[in-house]
Amino acid sequence: MYPILEERVLADKIYLMVVEAPRVAKNCQPGEFVIVKMDEEGERIPLTICDYDREKGTITIVFQTVGASTERMSSLKAGDSFLDFVGPLGNPSEFVKEDPEALKKKKYLFVAGGVGTAPVYPQVKWMKEHGIEADVIIGAKTKELLILEPELEAVAGTLYVTTDDGSYGRKGMVTEVIRDLVQNEGKKYDVCVAIGPMIMMKFVCLLTKELNLPTIVSLNPIMVDGTGMCGACRVTVGEQVKFACVDGPEFDGHLVNFDEAMKRQQMYKTEEGRALLKLREGSTHHGGCKNCG
Amino acid sequence: MDMMKKVPVREQEPKERAKNFEEVCYGYNEAEAVAEAERCLTCKNAKCVQGCPVKIDIPAFIKEVREHRFEDAAKTIAKASALPAVCGRVCPQESQCEGQCIRGIKGEAVSIGKLERFVADWSRENGFVPEASAEKKGKKVAVIGSGPAGLTCAGDLAKLGYEVTIFEALHEPGGVLTYGIPEFRLPKEGVVQPEIENVKKLGVKIETNVVIGKSVTIDELLEEEGYEAVFIGSGAGLPKFMGIAGENANGVFSANEYLTRSNLMKAFREDYDTPIAAGKKVAVVGGGNVAMDAARTALRLGAEVHIVYRRSEKELPARAEEVHHAKEEGIQFNLLTNPVEVLTDEEGWVRGLVVRKMELGEPDESGRRRPVEVAGSDYTIEADTVIMALGTSPNPLISSTTEGLSVNRWKCIEADETNGKTTREGVFAGGDAVTGAATVILAMEAGKAGAHGIDAYLSGKQTE
Repeated sequence: MYPILEERVLADKIYLMVVEAPRVAKNCQPGEFVIVKMDEEGERIPLTICDYDREKGTITIVFQTVGASTERMSSLKAGDSFLDFVGPLGNPSEFVKEDPEALKKKKYLFVAGGVGTAPVYPQVKWMKEHGIEADVIIGAKTKELLILEPELEAVAGTLYVTTDDGSYGRKGMVTEVIRDLVQNEGKKYDVCVAIGPMIMMKFVCLLTKELNLPTIVSLNPIMVDGTGMCGACRVTVGEQVKFACVDGPEFDGHLVNFDEAMKRQQMYKTEEGRALLKLREGSTHHGGCKNCG
Repeated sequence: MDMMKKVPVREQEPKERAKNFEEVCYGYNEAEAVAEAERCLTCKNAKCVQGCPVKIDIPAFIKEVREHRFEDAAKTIAKASALPAVCGRVCPQESQCEGQCIRGIKGEAVSIGKLERFVADWSRENGFVPEASAEKKGKKVAVIGSGPAGLTCAGDLAKLGYEVTIFEALHEPGGVLTYGIPEFRLPKEGVVQPEIENVKKLGVKIETNVVIGKSVTIDELLEEEGYEAVFIGSGAGLPKFMGIAGENANGVFSANEYLTRSNLMKAFREDYDTPIAAGKKVAVVGGGNVAMDAARTALRLGAEVHIVYRRSEKELPARAEEVHHAKEEGIQFNLLTNPVEVLTDEEGWVRGLVVRKMELGEPDESGRRRPVEVAGSDYTIEADTVIMALGTSPNPLISSTTEGLSVNRWKCIEADETNGKTTREGVFAGGDAVTGAATVILAMEAGKAGAHGIDAYLSGKQTE
């Protein structure tokens, strides 16, 4: 069992939990992820690591409710436990392996969208701890959906916030901020790291390709085991088929086939929708709504 | 009774079982087991034992069954095997013990597998528990993977008095017995879990949710956690794909994914959250036991199922019994047929599988006749789901994170098959991680060899 020490609602449908998982906390690195399973009946859900404390042996996870399992998970409170919590999985971000001195000469731009802000945080924090100032853009639909702003403010070089509706910070998509920074505000970046919804990463990559700015993305496709066993998470990168769990989750964004990845992400939409409906409507749900055949 | 023929075993009716996940074969009852045991010739120089990878004293346990001494029979088997209820169900007996049986020269071989299963089931139902070792060696050994190789190695080491911890990457122990082989062939609660409990009763600890190479490395186990030897039984978990067009379409699965969703995650049950896109028309590519398992799972989830295999029936690598069961249940076999492309609709879902007819040419290096394409023979099998059951290869996660561990070009760990020794001192390996995908019983044989190797290594270390 993996006890939950703290739980917070960050925004509508976005939850943060601090979980005791000493083995994961001892060896995890920015860029890696975990798989959690709340109880016997639950799904295995891959989640990026938002923060870790090696001394306390804790991992911070952030998740958005999207299906039946995450919906049930959101009801967990401090004092409850996850039945299963495994990791770290995947590979650390490339920069973790680089020489910090060489890294200091490079200017990084992190672009975080929605719940993707969570995995960006440990990367920027790592940079700060190694004396590197990285710029960060957070994009959210509205002010209410903005998460981890003070945390990122504390570790970023310059933090830019943008909301789709202009209710906070700049107004518009993250791509507009990138274009402004590079083309109008004279910023120069060597590497962009973009993590967020697939569609956001796709458009960031289209733009950065045009700007000739190398871009790393972190993919979160459907997975079962997370150790290379099932192949559900296969993505096409360049001309090659890769498994996001063991070959990624971070890839060269300019080579990722986002259209295929987005189609694959939809695969269980119907089934997940069914499970969710069953959960909400219990025994009164008889499938007469035409959403579930 | 006809001594030339096996006592027939009762099975669930094909039409009935095609709709449920209950076990297909009911096994022998006491009277049937004793009658079958009567057929054993109790050969002095028993060929069947030579055919058994873990060298169970087969004539001895069958004699005990004949004399109604079932507990003694269980003890005889337990000396050699930690997983008799599993082996009695999934071993390829026809090419091992039963393949060597003298009875089998003129008539049918003694049904050794079904007798082993009977003894194992009887001992479980009657609460027979294997005895833990009284002697304690005070030395810790880590076993990686809780599949057949790891469980066997851990059980044997515990019997010798070692303090053994198994590290399992998934949330349930059992490896392929849990995620791979379906319920209707190997019940999890009824058979696999009690067998694992028996290994734990020998003193073995199992820590789940630990991915060796990620959560903790072999070096850390040896240097920081006080383990003096490590056995790697991590299996061959990486699925292969064909590399044909359309293979990343929605609805194309590895057999591993399809079976894991159904077996480990219990997607076939309403009360579990994990979904499975079961499919209505399913094409399973491959002819091994895993292909049969995937096909029969899809059938039970309500699909019409085709097996697509590029050679002929004679070359099917699956056990004859599995092929027979699959046919009885209504699986259709498209033999001498090879996929060339997966067709997709606008949303990226599978709508068919284009296949090409094959004919058999000259034998290849495996001794089987090589399939050759028949020009202009392409046709389309209508399908909404394609399951690739083309075999698996070892996961490089451990070999790539452990210094001094050599692998061959298939990423299989190099190990001595007599004692499991790898190129790294104190590290042993066996099972599919070494050989590539094989059978449960061969993995158990390697687990035993590894346990002997580790015992010799640690005993030697003590006397240094």
